[in-house]
Amino acid sequence: MKRVGVFVCHCGINIASTIDISKVVEDLKNYPGITFIQDYKYMCSEPGQALLKEKIKAEKIDAIVIAACSPTLHENTFRMAVKSVDMNPYNCEIANIREQCSWVHNNISEATEKAKRIIKSVVEKALLDEDLEPVRVPVTRKALVLGGGIAGIQSALSIANSGYEVILVERQSSIGGRMAQLSETFPTLDCSQCILTPKMVDAGQHKNIRLMTYSELDDISGFVGNFKVKIRQKAKYVDWEKCTGCGLCIEKCPKKVPSEFDQGLGKRKAIYTPFPQAVPNKPVIDCENCTYFKTGKCRLCEKVCPFDAINFDETDSFIEEEVGAIIVATGYDVYPVLNMSEYGGGKIPDVIDGLTFERILSASGPTGGEVRRPSDGKIPKEIVFIKCVGSRDPEHHYPYCSKICCMYTTKHAMLYKHRVHDGQPYIFYMDVRAGGKGYEEFYQRAQEEDKVVFLRGKVSKVYQDDDKVVVCGIDTLSGSNVEIRADMVVLAMAIRPSKGIEELAQLLKISIDQNGFLTEAHPKLRPVESLSAGIYLAGCAQAPKDIPDTVSQATATAAMISNLFSQEYLLHEPIITGVDEELCSGCGLCVAVCPYDARKTNREKGVVEVNEILCEACGACAAACPSGAAQQRNFTDTQLSNMVKAILAE
Amino acid sequence: MFEPKIVAFFCKWCTSAGADLAGTSRLTYKPNITGIRVMCSSRVDPEHILDAFKNGADGVLIGGCHPGDCHYQSGNYQTLKRVKLLKKMMTDLNINENRLRLEWISAAEGKRFAEVVDAFTEEIRKLGHIHYTTL
Repeated sequence: MKRVGVFVCHCGINIASTIDISKVVEDLKNYPGITFIQDYKYMCSEPGQALLKEKIKAEKIDAIVIAACSPTLHENTFRMAVKSVDMNPYNCEIANIREQCSWVHNNISEATEKAKRIIKSVVEKALLDEDLEPVRVPVTRKALVLGGGIAGIQSALSIANSGYEVILVERQSSIGGRMAQLSETFPTLDCSQCILTPKMVDAGQHKNIRLMTYSELDDISGFVGNFKVKIRQKAKYVDWEKCTGCGLCIEKCPKKVPSEFDQGLGKRKAIYTPFPQAVPNKPVIDCENCTYFKTGKCRLCEKVCPFDAINFDETDSFIEEEVGAIIVATGYDVYPVLNMSEYGGGKIPDVIDGLTFERILSASGPTGGEVRRPSDGKIPKEIVFIKCVGSRDPEHHYPYCSKICCMYTTKHAMLYKHRVHDGQPYIFYMDVRAGGKGYEEFYQRAQEEDKVVFLRGKVSKVYQDDDKVVVCGIDTLSGSNVEIRADMVVLAMAIRPSKGIEELAQLLKISIDQNGFLTEAHPKLRPVESLSAGIYLAGCAQAPKDIPDTVSQATATAAMISNLFSQEYLLHEPIITGVDEELCSGCGLCVAVCPYDARKTNREKGVVEVNEILCEACGACAAACPSGAAQQRNFTDTQLSNMVKAILAE
Repeated sequence: MFEPKIVAFFCKWCTSAGADLAGTSRLTYKPNITGIRVMCSSRVDPEHILDAFKNGADGVLIGGCHPGDCHYQSGNYQTLKRVKLLKKMMTDLNINENRLRLEWISAAEGKRFAEVVDAFTEEIRKLGHIHYTTL
């Protein structure tokens, strides 16, 4: 049998004043399983640790129990100490007789008896503890970033600057994302493209970043440090190796379609780049709208291309890569105005969403930055902004706050006023949430300098009357009904995780919350990790957030990944739950309760197999196993049962 | 006075940390309870609980993280399901189902930990000594 040594700490008087330590030592001296027992004033001190090491050698001890403070304090200290004298650190156990005994009881005899029970039960555990080694896994030092918006760009650049390779995958033909569509950014009003495009160019030219635009993740297998990914490169019909981005094809293309980048307000060609500063600045052919693909005639782009870059026969291709970590930065979509028929969404052309208004305000937008309404191009003299449309509305739409709308609507009203000096902006709001550096001051400025009228209340109805858009609402601060005959209405629509997030989450085996956003590992302490090791979250895919928060989170993911990649091996807690193949019937009950997909049924062998790297050691499977085949290392059924018995024995 | 024997299983992340907080806050509670620290409440097999009753435990307390807070995503929900089912079985075995209690106690709830332990100890005291008979 194993030789267990017990060391009882006085912790000065912290333990010794309520627990009769000499009685504990005396009574447990002959407890079966205890080879050696000694007390000491401060076990964690240098002399205490020296005593421990000396006795381990002298008494030939192969497992120890330190009866002292909570394991959260010194478990690691003692594990390191025993390791230095060649004892496996997983044979070092802590009996918590301070926080859970001496500090919470006053009666010395009761506390002493309880301390004995605690020590005995931990001795029972130590008797059956196995030598364990942390699971070592190699790591591929290359990251995959999904999404080329500001979140993806920022994380890719940060990782690349740490010296690691990055594959940046974006489904549009250019990186830039939503931020590229914005006019100016709150609260400083700097032009969005002016601060974004240098970063886009950096990402495009960085020696450690491989850009894969017009691409999507197709398949994934593996685990942290060792993912295998398959990326689909969609057919572009333009050989980007040959293309110089001269733009002649775009100029000559006869087919015009609404531009997605301009939210449908402007036009683009069937061969196009989404916007002039695109990175890479090379076109793709939209085969659904291309005249050649539809009628079999045209090929004008092919004729004019000086570099012979057009290839109508191109098909989707697949690239397989190995990566060690993944960042999901897939961003957001705007909840369509069609869902707001009571506000005329989709029926009244001058009722638009906030992102469309960004394009109207943008100097590179369809109106060249002049505020003109979509229906007739007239400059609106009265404009109404409505906040919380689709957000904070659990009964009809979404319960959460979209977070950015308070600030961007304030910005919209301000920018409108800067362009239409004699115009009047109104904002209907539920609350103004201006938490953020410089945000409250920005909101005050909109009221004081730009004379934006803030009306606290909900809008009941929006309807068209001649060329006016009439907004009926209530101002709850004065208690009066309000009717504004506006020229234009802008709805601050809820923001939603971008299209395809469910499929992507399923593919990556990460979870999404009740509102469809990706779930972080812990809401406070692990806000940038998913629950699957090696997969990180950045930007609005995780929750609505503004640019500074997105950039912070994206940089944090890069720090996490640099940390991961700087390790020679990944070490993983070894107290995982294995499978005894002789006992396992392959019933799969354990597979169903595993939150990490660490267990899989091998149909051929009729047993469950465990991926030790994915197992996080909760032990849920061990409790679910009807045959005892699943045993958590150092928390086996026998150990727990012996611990229970030791507590209850007279 | 009858002093019940109570065995407890505390998850490492929430309830055991809550118990530690009760200690650092120098709260006091009844010493009848002795805890076993597991990684997650979902590690507790109903067999361990029955084992405790069979070996003379008058009560068993399980402490886990609050719903939605489980360190392992869903472990506490597994525990909840198992405890509900086990309580039905306990009735069949003639063990008062109140001898088993599942509580969500967070790492910040030292006070609540002490209150729960005292309340449970009193309840078990009233129920008296367990008489475990096998079927």
